[in-house]
Amino acid sequence: MMKILMLGWELPPHNSGGLGVACLNLSRALAKDGANIDFVVPYEADHPDIKFMNVLSAMKLDPLFRYGVGAYDSKYVDQALIPDAPHEKMISIREVQHNYCKFVEEYLMEYKPDVVHAHDWLTFEAGILAKKNFGIPLVAHVHATEYDRSGMHGGNSIIHEIEREGLMLADKIIAVSQTTKDLIVEKYDIPADKIDVVYNSLDEEFLRSAYTYDSDDYKYLEAMKSLGYTIVSTVGRFTIQKGLTNLMRAAARAISKEKKLIFVFAGDGEQKQELLEMSARFGIARNVVFTGFVRGKQLRDIYQVSDIFVMSSISEPFGLTALEAAHHGDVLILTKQSGVAEVIHSAMEYDFWDEEKLADEIVAISKSEALKKTLREGIMQEYCKISWDDVAKSVKKVYNEVEKHKEFC
Amino acid sequence: MRAICLYLHIHQPWRYRRYSIFDVAHNHNYWYEKDYYDKQNNERIFRKVADKSYRPMLDLIERNVKRYPEFKVSFSITGTWLEQAEEWAPELINQIGRLISTGQVEIVGETYYHSLAFFYDRDEFQEQVKMHSDKIAALFGVRPRVFRNTEFAYNDEVGRWADRLGYKAVLAEGWDKVLGWRSPNHVYRVAGGERTRLLLKNYRLSDDIAFRFSDRNWKEWPLTVEKYQNWLNMDALRGNLINLFMDFETFGENIWAETGIFDFMEHLIYMWLKEYDNKFVTVSEAADFEQPVDTVSMPETVTWADTERDLSAWLGNDIQHEAEKVLYGMKDEVMRSGDQDLKDDWRRMTTSDHPYYMCTKYWNDGDVHAYFSPFDSPYDAFMYYMNVIRDFEWRIENLNQQRMKLLEELSEKQSLR
Repeated sequence: MMKILMLGWELPPHNSGGLGVACLNLSRALAKDGANIDFVVPYEADHPDIKFMNVLSAMKLDPLFRYGVGAYDSKYVDQALIPDAPHEKMISIREVQHNYCKFVEEYLMEYKPDVVHAHDWLTFEAGILAKKNFGIPLVAHVHATEYDRSGMHGGNSIIHEIEREGLMLADKIIAVSQTTKDLIVEKYDIPADKIDVVYNSLDEEFLRSAYTYDSDDYKYLEAMKSLGYTIVSTVGRFTIQKGLTNLMRAAARAISKEKKLIFVFAGDGEQKQELLEMSARFGIARNVVFTGFVRGKQLRDIYQVSDIFVMSSISEPFGLTALEAAHHGDVLILTKQSGVAEVIHSAMEYDFWDEEKLADEIVAISKSEALKKTLREGIMQEYCKISWDDVAKSVKKVYNEVEKHKEFC
Repeated sequence: MRAICLYLHIHQPWRYRRYSIFDVAHNHNYWYEKDYYDKQNNERIFRKVADKSYRPMLDLIERNVKRYPEFKVSFSITGTWLEQAEEWAPELINQIGRLISTGQVEIVGETYYHSLAFFYDRDEFQEQVKMHSDKIAALFGVRPRVFRNTEFAYNDEVGRWADRLGYKAVLAEGWDKVLGWRSPNHVYRVAGGERTRLLLKNYRLSDDIAFRFSDRNWKEWPLTVEKYQNWLNMDALRGNLINLFMDFETFGENIWAETGIFDFMEHLIYMWLKEYDNKFVTVSEAADFEQPVDTVSMPETVTWADTERDLSAWLGNDIQHEAEKVLYGMKDEVMRSGDQDLKDDWRRMTTSDHPYYMCTKYWNDGDVHAYFSPFDSPYDAFMYYMNVIRDFEWRIENLNQQRMKLLEELSEKQSLR
């Protein structure tokens, strides 16, 4: 039985996004396949539903503070600005990572896993430590790079450096899409044959859990729909990576050709103000709805009420929300720069900067039932063709390759 | 006596460009993509195929026509191809004209626009066939006497139509499911017809050249003339007329010159004619090759495409049906408008290649390499197509308004008087 040390930053229900979901589903599928997994998280909390592996907490820390004051903030500046803040809240992410590494070091004094599997830059230092000091083969799993998070320009140079070192020293790299693989080759100078592409799948909880749509939740949108409006939605952080300002401009252009469109922006982030102002400036504020941050049932209701789901990301390593929207019968419009477009063909695509084409596509779908139907029928066949068992199989192949490296250490 | 009936289909569609919703009502240029290297640029594609296929193959044919009086070949040439050749390679038309004047090359009739009009609008179909015949007569001084429908889409109704119009023969697919134990190497009667003959494609021997010749995974690769001639001899045991029907572009475009396809063909002509009592026939001669041995009936439409041999590559999904339905639905208004440019533009949209670009049959299986199209996806193809349709609607409306205004002005003048 293979012994895996999995290094992660979050697991549901203490997750803020797709990283925790992907780690959970992957671990479950691997465990089903017979792997023995110890999963390290930086915080201390219950994971009542996780029975198939051991979840180890690296330090005494409330899950809410696992990102510290954030990678982009300086603890000292914040302390000067808010001197009364309690010390625990002022812990920096670097401190959390430092403690995380110490925990992993102690763990490895006692246990000898066959493979260390580290997810994203947050845990790469701990992975490097296992590789350098203990000679354990390292698999680096890239869900997103700092280039993705910063809209392909700049970003935090410390994070870049940690990513680079982790990717250099890893025995094998797993990228969640060809897009991500290409980026790793181009920006981090890693040889392509060291990287395997393994796509994510839909969250099993999402597929399994009972869901009933309540048409009262978005009564206004339902009413507009019955008046012949088409609902176009997008879900995600309002940050430069997601390309939402391009979507807003395209919305204005589309509305100039087809009045009966409503755009739902679900989420929150630093661009909220900018987006609000844009919608007012373009005179389309009546056609734009901001829902704020949504999750769970509320999020699913948005998928359910929408006709079209747009993934407008400038760079998107994978883009699981698109598959979730497809599960709820949405027609998809994806940027060619999102990883999910590599596995989904029954969708309309555009380059993230091509606002005219995006507007054209929105209008085309809203005006043609035949197009909507053909796209929907296609996506229904496609969206869950990759299972987590397939994912586990590909990851196990990677494990088997790197396990041989142990002899050389 | 044994005969090969070699028939080559010559066609290029007018691909519409990526015509955006923001172009609608502003510019009516659907056919000329500005960027020469764009995938929709008709001129670039035509010039490329002309260099790789039309020129070398026509030269090969002309050489052999001069060398052997027994060498014959038949072409079908669409109106949309002729229009583009007139713009970008008029010498090709001259060369075809020279070939026809030898009497060894025959032209087959079809719809001018390579359309599926037969299945949507019989009047329009008839009109397009007439337009084609007129165009051929104007350019080459001959009129087609044998007919083929677009994509070989044949059913008994097509046969009866051709019979009524007095065509000598119709070309169709020699599909096993229709023929059963019968061989495609004979002349057949059209079901419900009197004079018109049915000439059926020998798809195995045709596809050995058109599809498999360059396939290195094929167990018969490489295909030599000796081997192929052996197959021809064997096949002739079940009928002496071998109908080799294929796209002209097989030579040089679909199968590159580097594979030796041109040398193969040149050598095959020589080797075939060298044998006693072997010859080539044109499609008209093929119709008279022997007394028909039987009647072949195809109640359902059979085409020469895919393993299904049906119309599903053109009319298989909702967007394809929608595209054709909307197009033919506006025909009367277009014709009534009296605007010749609009009529021509509308007719160019009837070309069957357009719905083919919207085919999703292979798309969802992820077999995107089987998707031959100038567009990125079937959905893009549909989107731009519908934008062109919207512009047609705008033009019709605009013409109507102009006419109304004119009438008002006239009546105003009259009342003043």
